[in-house]
Formats: sequence, structure tokens, C-alpha cells
Amino acid sequence: MKKLVGENYTTPDLLAKVTGKARYAEDFRADGMLFAKLLLSPLPHARIRSVDTSAAEAMPGVRAILRASELPAPADTVTDLGETIRANPMGERALTDEPVYAGEPVLAVAAVDEETAVAALEAIQVDWEPLPFVVDPLVSLRPDGPSPRAEGNTWGRAPVESGKPPGPLTVMPLKWKAEDFADYDQGKMPMGEPQIDWNYGDLEAGFKNAALVLDETFSMANNQHHVLEPRTALAYWRGDKLHVHTGTQSAVQTVASISRWMNIPLEKVVLITEYTGGGFGSRATGAVICMVPAILAKKANAPVMLRITREEEQYIGGIRPGMHGRVKAGFAKDGRLTALDLFLIGENSAYEAQGDANSGGRFISLLYQPPAMRSRSITVLTNTPPRRAQSQPGGLQAIMIVEPVIAKAARQLGIDQVEMRRLNAPEGKALWGPAGRDGKRGYITSAFLKEALDKGAELFDWKTRQARSGKRTGSTVRGSGVAVSSFVAGSTGFDGLFVIKPDGKMYVKSGVGNLGTESVFDVHRVAAEMMGLRWDQVEVAWGDTSHPLPWTCVSGGSQTTHAMTRAAHAAASDAIAKAQEIAAQTLGGSPASYRVADGRVSAGGRSMSLADVAKKAIELGGKYDGHTLPENINKVTTTAATALAGEGLMGVARDTYPRDGTTVSFVAGFAEVEVDVETGNYKVLDYTAVGDSGTIIHPRAYGAQVLGRSVLGMSHTLALKTVYDQHYGVALATRLHQSRPPTILDVPRNMKWDAVNLPDPETPVGARGIGEPPVAAGACAVMNAIAAALGDDVFKRAPVTLDSLLMALEHGRPMQEPLTAHI
Amino acid sequence: MAIVHDVMPPFQLFQPSSADEALDLLDARPDTWVLAGGMDSFDWLKDRTKRTSAVVDLSGIDALRGIREVDGGLEIGAMTTLVDVAEHAAVNARFKMLAEAAGLVASPQIRNQGTIGGNVSQDARCWYYRRGWSCYRAGGSTCYADTPTAVNREHAILGADRCVAVSPSDTAPALVALDAQMVLRRRGSERVVDAADFFLGPDIDITRLTVREPGELLTAIRVPATFAGARHYFEKVRDRQVWDFPLVNVAAAFKESGGTIQEARVVVGAVAAKPLRLRTVEAQLAGKPATEDTAKAAGELAIAGAQALRFNAYKIPLMRNLVRRAVRGGPLAATT
Ligand SMILES: Cc1cc2nc3c(=O)[nH]c(=O)nc-3n(C[C@H](O)[C@H](O)[C@H](O)COP(=O)(O)OP(=O)(O)OC[C@H]3O[C@@H](n4cnc5c(N)ncnc54)[C@H](O)[C@@H]3O)c2cc1C
Repeated sequence: MKKLVGENYTTPDLLAKVTGKARYAEDFRADGMLFAKLLLSPLPHARIRSVDTSAAEAMPGVRAILRASELPAPADTVTDLGETIRANPMGERALTDEPVYAGEPVLAVAAVDEETAVAALEAIQVDWEPLPFVVDPLVSLRPDGPSPRAEGNTWGRAPVESGKPPGPLTVMPLKWKAEDFADYDQGKMPMGEPQIDWNYGDLEAGFKNAALVLDETFSMANNQHHVLEPRTALAYWRGDKLHVHTGTQSAVQTVASISRWMNIPLEKVVLITEYTGGGFGSRATGAVICMVPAILAKKANAPVMLRITREEEQYIGGIRPGMHGRVKAGFAKDGRLTALDLFLIGENSAYEAQGDANSGGRFISLLYQPPAMRSRSITVLTNTPPRRAQSQPGGLQAIMIVEPVIAKAARQLGIDQVEMRRLNAPEGKALWGPAGRDGKRGYITSAFLKEALDKGAELFDWKTRQARSGKRTGSTVRGSGVAVSSFVAGSTGFDGLFVIKPDGKMYVKSGVGNLGTESVFDVHRVAAEMMGLRWDQVEVAWGDTSHPLPWTCVSGGSQTTHAMTRAAHAAASDAIAKAQEIAAQTLGGSPASYRVADGRVSAGGRSMSLADVAKKAIELGGKYDGHTLPENINKVTTTAATALAGEGLMGVARDTYPRDGTTVSFVAGFAEVEVDVETGNYKVLDYTAVGDSGTIIHPRAYGAQVLGRSVLGMSHTLALKTVYDQHYGVALATRLHQSRPPTILDVPRNMKWDAVNLPDPETPVGARGIGEPPVAAGACAVMNAIAAALGDDVFKRAPVTLDSLLMALEHGRPMQEPLTAHI
Repeated sequence: MAIVHDVMPPFQLFQPSSADEALDLLDARPDTWVLAGGMDSFDWLKDRTKRTSAVVDLSGIDALRGIREVDGGLEIGAMTTLVDVAEHAAVNARFKMLAEAAGLVASPQIRNQGTIGGNVSQDARCWYYRRGWSCYRAGGSTCYADTPTAVNREHAILGADRCVAVSPSDTAPALVALDAQMVLRRRGSERVVDAADFFLGPDIDITRLTVREPGELLTAIRVPATFAGARHYFEKVRDRQVWDFPLVNVAAAFKESGGTIQEARVVVGAVAAKPLRLRTVEAQLAGKPATEDTAKAAGELAIAGAQALRFNAYKIPLMRNLVRRAVRGGPLAATT
């Protein structure tokens, strides 16, 4: 048996990437291609009274102008289960006549080149009616606070008579009382009426029995994704088929998005997306802006390229919701949590709500296993760019809000920080979240977080570093911190598809997006290994839906490795069963007596090559070569498999493996920092992270995720932020360097990673996802290390910048404005 | 007019190979934009905030590049890149603070492209001004950075006069501390200006940061031998370890004998619209031992009169501590 799972290898796209041969959307050209440019709203909220495009239209080289009114209405979605989800009439679109954030695209021009398109835009006169706006969620929650839309500042459903089905989701006002804000100036987060409120256990008793009760407010910044490749798209029509070149986190599911946005049938959309320069959740199924070149291409009857600039990307690329949190936590003398009361205020754009504030509490209930917990939350709309999922959405913010409290409690109780997390850690099929309709709390498939903590403490040499934590040399102090983190890490129910052709090679169709995680290839190593093939006998096709691809999960929510190794396993099991039947029919004996190994199907002395099995499959037809397909596969897979029918032995199946529990992965992170108390400047000296995410499929890719995403987490602590002027409601940090993503020199040179590498019992391959859990581990290990160096109550918000540290050290208390957004 | 950023507008491009040719061009069209490495220029042009019909690109003028020995000091051509200044043997041997300052600018990529002439001639980085808002500095009648809602963490604590933008340059304070001189040429004439007088505060001229007039080229920077071999100190504090402007920087030179400071130069950057030479601090330091007490007193004196805006109060203790560290000395300078 060729061992592929757990081994390093070179992915088939690597050479193209490092030689520059890889083509991203912007690298494509088409005959007669035009360029489009966007006109962005200069105001945070306004309505277009009128637009005069006459001068622009008269310019030579200008081919088409697109207004919001020309966009097709988005189609409703029909889910796999046949449920119809109605398109949200107040949701985000590609263009609008009533922009709800500064920088929102309002119209577009296509011209022979960008210079001409821009000259045309500059000749367009827009008469704006400015409307009320707000760019701070707490300002909007004030009794007399402004709302970002005429309808209000929250999403909700109008109350209906009992027994009637709930009304549609709509924007409505929700304001808190003046007395809720009584302690605002003291930096205490107000807690008015929440939208979500769940609890379990006896909270009151928990606090009563606590030896230590802390009540802390913490805020974290809104942050853009800063993907390297912006949302550029090239579009053209061939007949009635729309071709789009763009980056996305899902080759397959983006076709569905485009079809819905454009309101055209699925089979009329062809997507080319071989390479994507990062997504981090911001383009799970592509980006709606690709409609602009698509419609302009139709209007102008020519291919249209829309290159998105970095500043435009800062607007339309979306933002991770910033969050304020208040935590009341009770601890027994031994460090065990007795009760935890969490309130999260999430910021949102005036468009679709991100669920971060609502989901954050679940991860807290899981990570620290409080015997009693309440989680309240509200999501407040402002006139700022669309909120989109960003690596570990909700989990990151909630953990950043709670981890410092756990660290502070450990210090006050005199308990070692690693021990503190160990003794509160989940184990096995740990419970999480609130009780469901059945009154029972849900649970996860497995947890080996304690093992991760132990392994990490050893690798990081926690004891030695702990001993020097807080020690001052000259003007510098060192500090070491540990943090735990978790996130969902797997879904189920997707399809695998490949063909073994008469040349003996395996041809895999991968519907995974190629966004740098390598899972687009990694997951198929499972099927190749099961078929007993060498990796050089496997050809993976990806990223071009003109050759249809099977139904595949979105590469978001860290689900791919779990979901698609299961699907690959299912497809390989299907192919093995078919190969066994073919061998038995050809060579005699029972199918079950045959084994597939080393590219052959054998039983005792009887043996045939997979190449011969493939030939036989074509002769036999039916299910063997894909002329008959399983009924339970997705219709997208049926299309893809039908296109391949008759080419060889087909492995095609849906993942129907049972799973008991929700799949969640964990990471323990360790950091050491050195703070200069005369400047507030600090450096991260060292970092180690250990993952608990089941079996490792591809170690090098795994390590890149663990450390890469840890760095994404660190960026939230180090300096990354959005900046808005509250009076004008516009972004001030519109350049990459002003948003301050970390550089390679901001992170330690020799970070270490490892994994517990224990298989998850609820999935046949044992693998869970690892993309997201490292994020909060990186963010919080660094925050906790700073606090270990400087003591409690030095900073109350992230990023933890040197100005806030220096001022706190100068004044003996936090001096930063605690609750103002976007500063 | 709709505002569009990030697309280079059309202009006429001139690429002379001698300074005289460039000066002729500037004489004929004084509004011509001077282009050195472009690290500041491209921002303005691509954002279409400042417009020009013509650009003169100095990169083909070899005579403006390179470092020469002159009377025990150095003459640095304006087009010498920051990396070449940072790595030059004589600069490192005799004017260490300048090498450090140049080596701490921005990022390696920007130092490879950016020139020292451009670095001292660069415009303010106030994000309101750079967005193209019509503030005082842009010829308007208000300052957007000095309002109750403004985010002004990176703005001035000293020398503000209507405008609160700061000098963003890392090499500027070092050049002022070294008593450098700026050679400004126009067609047919040349003037030499002390670095300390080259930079302007808003009280003198609110629309520009230097005395350079339209039609003039900065051709060279002369660093005299005055502080060669003295004790130098440069430190820059920024949010990230690289690719960041100074929040505050300090450049200082001390002539010492027997542990006593004979003569001092202490210059602080990014706290005012020009690099601030702290003459009262320098006067107080003369004749004092370089001790912690002297350092402390210098730090306190340095911040006299400093005034914080809503978000930049931290710059006051930061400036105080950096001046203290400069006097104290030691291996604390930031490294890239
Ligand atoms: C992301 C980023 C980070 C940065 N960080 C820092 C930093 O940390 N520290 C720092 O000091 N700077 C920083 N900078 C600024 C950068 O270093 C300077 O902009 C650069 O040194 C300017 O040099 P240049 O040759 O590119 O000049 P250009 O951009 O070509 O010119 C700058 C200005 O000077 C004028 N000019 C240039 N040369 C001459 C001349 N010989 N005679 C007359 N006028 C001239 C130009 O007309 C223009 O107005 C940063 C810039 C960026 C984009």
C-alpha cells in the first residue's frame, strides 16, 4: 500500500506559483477586452437624486455605463432540502443608488482602457442627498442614536400573532435606555436588551460559590481580510453562457452564487478559478462585484475586465466584525470556572448580518466548560463596509474577549496558566452551547486539548520561560503567555468523483477552491492511497467548471479537509467495490475476496491491473463506467459524472458516513514577548502552537496553516485595525500600510508547530480541519504574554499598540478610549 | 466631479540625463513635478489628488547619485538611494546616526527605490490632507485632524499652528542634528541652506514642508565633519518592526570629554511639522555629565509646551523617554 496520507509531497500547482506561470483573474486577456472602473460613494449614507452621464457617454472610447437599476433582481435560493430561501431585498448588491457606506460602488463605466474609464467617471455628475449615518455601534444603540438606515439599526423579525409563521427578516430599530450607559465613561460595556440570550446551569449559584469573580470589558477592532489578490474579475459571454474568471473559496458553489446574482440558470455559468490569492472567509462563494463586468460585457458586447484596486478592496472586500464584550466569570479557589456570563456586541454593516456575536458564546462554553453559563448578544448595523466571515468568525472575537479574563484569574489565584486551561479544558465528547429543542445540550465528536497543552508546554519549554516571565532587564520586561482556541472543523454530505482510465491512471475532479490551503489536492490523496496508486499516477483537474466538477463544500469554516476526505473515502470505497465485482466477474471468486493494492485487484493468485479493470468497466457500462449513477448524489455531481461516463472505472459517491457530534478542532498557543517599558514597543520573541485536529493529511500544509493562521491571529493583537472619522463617517486607513498588517519581521523567526495527531473517531479518515482554530491561539497567546510582562489592567482593547501600553504604564491605569469604534 | 483613486493620470514625462537639462525644463515650466524614487510622488499622482501636466524624472541623471568626500565631510547626491546611504562605509564610520536613520525608513523595497533627496522633500502624511480634503495645508480654511472626532494618533504635539501634520522623514532629524546643508539649484544659480532652515513649520508656510521653491532642485546634501566620530544616537519608534513611519524619532550627537558633554545636538522628528532641534535642551546639556539625572532633566525639558490632541498624548512621554535615552546612550536603537 502506498502511504500518501500523512506524507509531504509537492502539489501540482506549486511550480506555476513560484515561477509566476500561475494565472490569477487579472492575468487573463481576451480579444477586444474592455476595462471597467467603479464610481464609489464619497458619503457614508446617501441617495442619488440624479446622475448626469452625458459628458461621459460622449467621450471616445467609452463603451457602456452601468447603473444599479439595470442589475437583475437576485433569485431566491433553493436548498438541497428543497427549501426556498428568499433573496433579501435589503441585502448587498453589486451597485446601489442608496449607498450605505463610504466607498460603496454606485455605478461603473466600461471603456477601451482604464484611463478612459476614469476620465469618464470624473466627468459624471452625481447629485447626492446626504442621509443620517453612524459608524459606531454604541452610538447607534443610544436612545437618541442615529440609525444607519431609515428602517433602523438591527436585523429582526416583526412580531406576529402566536401560531403564525415568523415574518421575513428586516431592518428595525433597537435602542437601549439611557441608564444602560451609566458606566460607559468608566469603560464598562453597557448591557441593554440583547437579541440572543441563552443559558444553561445555575448561574447565580455558580457566582455565589466562586472564590473569585471578575467583571471585565474588552473590545477588539474591526479588521479587513487584506487578501493579496483583490476581487478582480473578467467576464464575457459565449452565446448565452457567461464566463467569469475570478478568485473564490469554492469553484463549485460560486457557480451557484453567480447564477443566483445574475438570475440565470446554473448551466449558463462557467467559472475559471484555478488560482485564488487568499479568501479567509471573505469570498466563500465569490464576490457579488463580478456582476459588474458580467453585465457590462453583455451591454458592450465585449469581454470586460474589472480590476479592483487595493482601496476598493478595503471597502468591498469586507471586514471581520469588531466586537465589544463584557465577561463576568466566577472561579473556585482551584481555578475551576463556576459560572460565566458573557455579553457580546458585534458591529455589522447595514447589509446582511454576520453571526459572529451570536455564535461566539458557543466556543467559550466549549473551551472552558463552565458548569453554568449565559450568553447574550446583539449585532448592530452601522454605515461601514460589509461584514464578512473572517477566519474563526465569532470564535476569535469571543476568545479574545474571554482569554485575558482566564489569564487574569489564574494570576490572581496563583495558578499556573497552562494548568488553568488544562483543568477547565473539554475532553472527549464534550458538551457545548445551549440546550436544543430536545432540552439536551449538543456535544462534539472528540477533543484532545489537554494533550495539545501538554505537548505545547514541553515544546515551548513553558516552565523555563514561565520562570523568567515578568523579569525586567534594563528597560525591557519579558512575558510568556498561553492560550487555547477552538473552531468548527468539518461538515458532511458532499460527493467524491474520479475515473480510473484504461491507462491505469486516476483522474480526479476537485471542486475545492485553490486559495492556498492545498486542500484542493490534499483530500484526494485519501482516495489515491485507498486505490493503491502512486501520486504520480493521479491527475487532479480543478478550477474550471467548463469541465463540470462534483458537489463540494465551500472552503470556509475549516470544513474541507473533513468533508472532502470523507467524500474521497466514499468515492474510493465505491470504486473498490466496483473493481472487486469486475475482478470476480472476470477472474472468478467472490468480490469480497479481492483486495485493491499497488494498482491491482488481487485475490490469492488471481490478479488484474486497474488499467484492465477500467477497460472492463467501459465494456460493462452501467454503474461501472458512470452510465448509471447513485441516486443520492447532488445534481451538480450527476452532471459532472455524466460528462465522464464511459471513460473508465468511476468512483462516485456521496459521504453518508455517520457522525455523532459536531466536529471541532483545537489549538494551544504559546508566546513569549519582550516589552520596552520606556516606549511601549514590544516584540514577539517566540511562538509555538500545537493542533488537535485528528489525523494529519499533509504535514507541511498543516504546519503552514497552524503558523500562518496564528500570525493572522497575532495581527489582531499587534496592530491591525480600521480607522474611521466619526464625524464624516469615512475610512481614514485606506492603504494597506495604514491598516498595519504584520510583516515578516513582526513575528518570530523560528516559530514551532506540532499536532497531537490522534484520529477523530467520527470520521473514516480521522481528519478534522485546522484552518481557523490557530487564529485566536496566536492572538491570545501574545496578549496574555504582554499581560504577564506588565500585569493586569494595562490594556482593555486590541490591537494592543504601544501608545496604549506606554500611557497605561505612565498613568497606572488604562488610558485608551475603551469603547469607541474604529480608532 | 466624482473622486477616483489609484489610476495614474496622463502627463508629459521628461527624462533628462543632466541636472542642467532638468533645470531648463523646470525653468520653462515651474509647475513640473519633480520625480525621484516616486515613493511619495506616485501616491499623490495615482490618487489624482495633486495634478500636474508634466513630470521630470531625475533617475537618469547620474551626477545626482553617489557619495563623495568633501573636506572631511560628505556630499550626498540627492538621488542616492536610502539603501546606499544606509550601507555606505564612510557614512557608517563617521555619521552612524544617518546610516541608521536611512536604514530604518519604511521597508527594504522602499529604501531600494526611495532617495535621500526625496526623503527630505517628501510631503506630510496626515491622512486627511492626503485624502485630498481641502484643509489649510491644501489651501483650504480648516484642519480636519484637529477636531473633536478626528483620529490624530500620529499628529503633532509641538509647533502646531492651525495644521497639526508632522514631518514624516527619518533622515531629516539626523541631517539637522549633523548640521547638514542642502544644496538647492535653479537654472543659473545655486543656494545652500542649513538643514535646520530647510524645513518649515506651518507658522512660516502652511502649504509646504521645505523652503524649496518651484523651479528649484535639491541636488546634494552636505554633511560637514563637525560631528564625525562624536557619540551618535538614533532611535525610531513605530507600530511595526518595519514598513512604518516614525511615531517619534530622535537623532542626537554628543561631543564628550571625560564623561562630560561638551556640545550636543538633539533633534526630534514626527512631533511637529519640521524636525525639532531642541536648542534649550542642547544648551542645558553642555557641560553636564552624561548621567541618568542629566538624561532625565533633558527629557523633561524636551517636552515643555507639548500639547496633546485627542489620540496622541502618548507622544509626550515617548518623546521624553527617547530624549532621555539619547542622552543616556546605549544599544537601544531600533533595528531592521
Ligand atoms: C508605505 C510607505 C512607508 C514609508 N515609511 C517611511 C518611513 O518610515 N520613514 C520615512 O522617512 N519615509 C517613509 N516613507 C516615505 C518614503 O521614504 C519617502 O517617500 C521616500 O524616501 C521619498 O523618496 P523618493 O525618492 O521616492 O521621492 P519621490 O516620491 O519621488 O519625491 C518625494 C517629493 O520630493 C520631491 N523631490 C524628490 N527629489 C527631489 C529633488 N532632488 N529636488 C526637488 N524635489 C525633489 C518630489 O517632487 C516629491 O514632492 C514611506 C513611504 C511609503 C509609501
